[in-house]
Amino acid sequence: MAGFLRSVKRRLNLEPGANSGDDDPVVRELKAALSDDRVRYDGAQRSLLSRDASVFDGGVAGPVCFPLTTAEVQAIMRIAAAHERNIVPRGAGTGLAGGAIPLGAPIVVAVTKMNAVLEVDVANRIAWVEPGVVNLDLTRHLLPMGFHFAPDPSSQQVCTIGGNVANNSGGPHCLAYGVTNAHVQAIEVVLPSGEVAMLGGIEAEPAGLDLRGAFIGSEGTLGIATRVAVTITPNAPAVKTLLLSFKTVRDAANTVSQIIAAGIVPAALEVMDQRITQAVEAYVNAGYPVDAGAVLLAEVDGLGESIEIDADRIAEIGQSNNALNVRVAADDVERAALWKGRKTAFGAVAQIAPDYYLHDTVVPRSQLADVLEKIYEIADRHDLLVMNVFHAGDGNLHPLLVFDGREDGVIDRVHLAGAEIVRVSLDAGGVLSGEHGIGVEKQAYMDEFFTSDDLDHQNRLRQAFDPGCRTNPGKVIPSGHSCADIQALNRVPKGVWA
Amino acid sequence: MTVALTVNDPVLLAFAEDVGATGPVAIEGHRTRWETGGTPNPSTRLVNAPTGIVDYVPDEMTVTVRAGTPVEELHAALAEQGQRTGLPERGGTVGGALAVGENSLHVLGRGRVREAALQVRYVSNDAKVVTGGGPTVKNVTGFDLPRLLVGSLGTLGLLAEVILRTNPIPPCRRWLRSSSIDPFVVNDIALRPSAILFDGTTTWIELEDHPAAVDAERARLAAIAAVEVVDGPPTLPEHRWSLPPASLASLGDLLDGPWVASVGVGTVWASEPQQPTSPDAVSQALAKRVKDQFDPHGRLNPGRTPGVK
Repeated sequence: MAGFLRSVKRRLNLEPGANSGDDDPVVRELKAALSDDRVRYDGAQRSLLSRDASVFDGGVAGPVCFPLTTAEVQAIMRIAAAHERNIVPRGAGTGLAGGAIPLGAPIVVAVTKMNAVLEVDVANRIAWVEPGVVNLDLTRHLLPMGFHFAPDPSSQQVCTIGGNVANNSGGPHCLAYGVTNAHVQAIEVVLPSGEVAMLGGIEAEPAGLDLRGAFIGSEGTLGIATRVAVTITPNAPAVKTLLLSFKTVRDAANTVSQIIAAGIVPAALEVMDQRITQAVEAYVNAGYPVDAGAVLLAEVDGLGESIEIDADRIAEIGQSNNALNVRVAADDVERAALWKGRKTAFGAVAQIAPDYYLHDTVVPRSQLADVLEKIYEIADRHDLLVMNVFHAGDGNLHPLLVFDGREDGVIDRVHLAGAEIVRVSLDAGGVLSGEHGIGVEKQAYMDEFFTSDDLDHQNRLRQAFDPGCRTNPGKVIPSGHSCADIQALNRVPKGVWA
Repeated sequence: MTVALTVNDPVLLAFAEDVGATGPVAIEGHRTRWETGGTPNPSTRLVNAPTGIVDYVPDEMTVTVRAGTPVEELHAALAEQGQRTGLPERGGTVGGALAVGENSLHVLGRGRVREAALQVRYVSNDAKVVTGGGPTVKNVTGFDLPRLLVGSLGTLGLLAEVILRTNPIPPCRRWLRSSSIDPFVVNDIALRPSAILFDGTTTWIELEDHPAAVDAERARLAAIAAVEVVDGPPTLPEHRWSLPPASLASLGDLLDGPWVASVGVGTVWASEPQQPTSPDAVSQALAKRVKDQFDPHGRLNPGRTPGVK
């Protein structure tokens, strides 16, 4: 499929340069509904928005729309419906599972210009935001008021709230606070029909089916969120961040299991192995020990009296698991440096090799150490370098296969190793994805996790929202169970400029 | 592959057979919320979900439990390991609590019911055992059917077995009462109380944490107004209202008779029922399409509609 679409791209002549697309009635109507400058059809823009942060190559972006209002999103949906064209919603494009790449040549709806924090309603502990608001910008906006938005994916400096909703995003601090689903109360959604529905509500127990909950994590396949009521979380009065170093990853993993078993739910429990820690240190000089086999970043927050007790207990558990050193961040500067190191881990690997493939699976916490050993063994067998940095408290693994894509055959080895990593995670009683989603990346594994009946029921939900199967078709649900004919998505619709 | 995809548990298969594929059928728990969402047609055949705790791994903070198990029985077993779930303790079964979706009185401390279910196994309209979600505490594999099933009153599928998230029971739990403290100020300044209840004159505050932290928090509140330690919350009036949290500030204008409000949440227990509120017409039509997809012949819990008082 990828080869076919590469040839399509060549045929489309997606070179930088202006092309108005005015000979395409869809583009003309979109421009009339939005504005000339917010419906882009030039090769540069279409090429740029044909990719996301994943390694996946799909089709090509058709017209790229930058709506400003709910009404404009409705207009796009209606034009798409009238012309039987598909839609791909898109935030910042930081997804790693290919959820935002176009298949075929759909209309791409980038919500990045809908980026206003509309209202902060402290009395109701919510903020109404547009989907293009950047995650960290929202938290920065809320901080002076004493609040923040709890989900904090590593991409939070660029990823959008709309993308967080689409992926049910997590982040290090979701261990105690929960993922996006726990922090979204209502969503205004433009359905594929062009109608607007308000899903959920800000009252205690909104009436009716929890369509809000069903929409979150649907990876852009059920419609486009245009306004979101997110929960704002009070900043904790006291925070304590501990850095524990270990000789082995197993000792770190066992410490994590035992912390949870002791009834402590820290705000965050993050592990990095030696390879990634060394890369991080070389990159940002955050103060991590480079001689340890693994480091555990543990953060507790809450009342001062409470976090002292939990921090002491975490240190004791670490020491009983052979911790080489336990350090408490002395101040906010040291804490910020440690977190900067953790959150820039993926950027740090660029010093080692030009390419990486980041996996995302979840295993029971008690299986962490065994599964990690198997992951190192898999990488060795495929002659690949693997680094592990992960949300240990959730059992959410992020093995990072680091490689140079110019090397002959390396991509095949990366995919083979990746498949084995997914399978050892499933064999350990785990799941396909903790926070990155299925996209196109893991569709092929859905049959190994769900039965045909299970997938049929997921598709029923899909069809209730999108009977025509035109919104981000070909994602999440594998071919054969999906309403979309994924093979047909390889074709570029009639009328697309070539 | 060692993952068993197809459900082979004879107990669940027997339940599926019991549900069958034809004719109207409703699931019966302990009838603690039997009228919620409408009265089931009396001629509807009744089935009972299987019971029992299937697997409990305290270290993973998850429990697999069959839907017919009483919440009380589940929580007693979890308490032996110092854990609990977000399900309300008001009698009734696990499946009933999830199907109705009412939050616990302690929702600020224990989380919403809709966040408690990690995996659902339900019997579909055509007698198949369907799984949604997964066994781990974090999971975005496929569409979030557990969220859809919670609060659906058994109209999309009949819950057979679920995996629930468990949470540690804090070492110290204490209720405070004050007739001179402003509950909205408490909501602003107290860190993570498990409940703040207000009846128009008196405020009850539930604190849960390490003993030293509970004592310190109590001292902070006592610096504002007189507070006393009491055994528990007040008796709650019968009817449950659902409002935005900010609207509780003017409840006295809205309600006749005694009421107790959950400050910071928006739930109000009142003597009179709340006038029904409906989602917008587009959302209602969407909910109808969901129902038609999952239960095209309308055989699951006929007479009930989620959201109808």
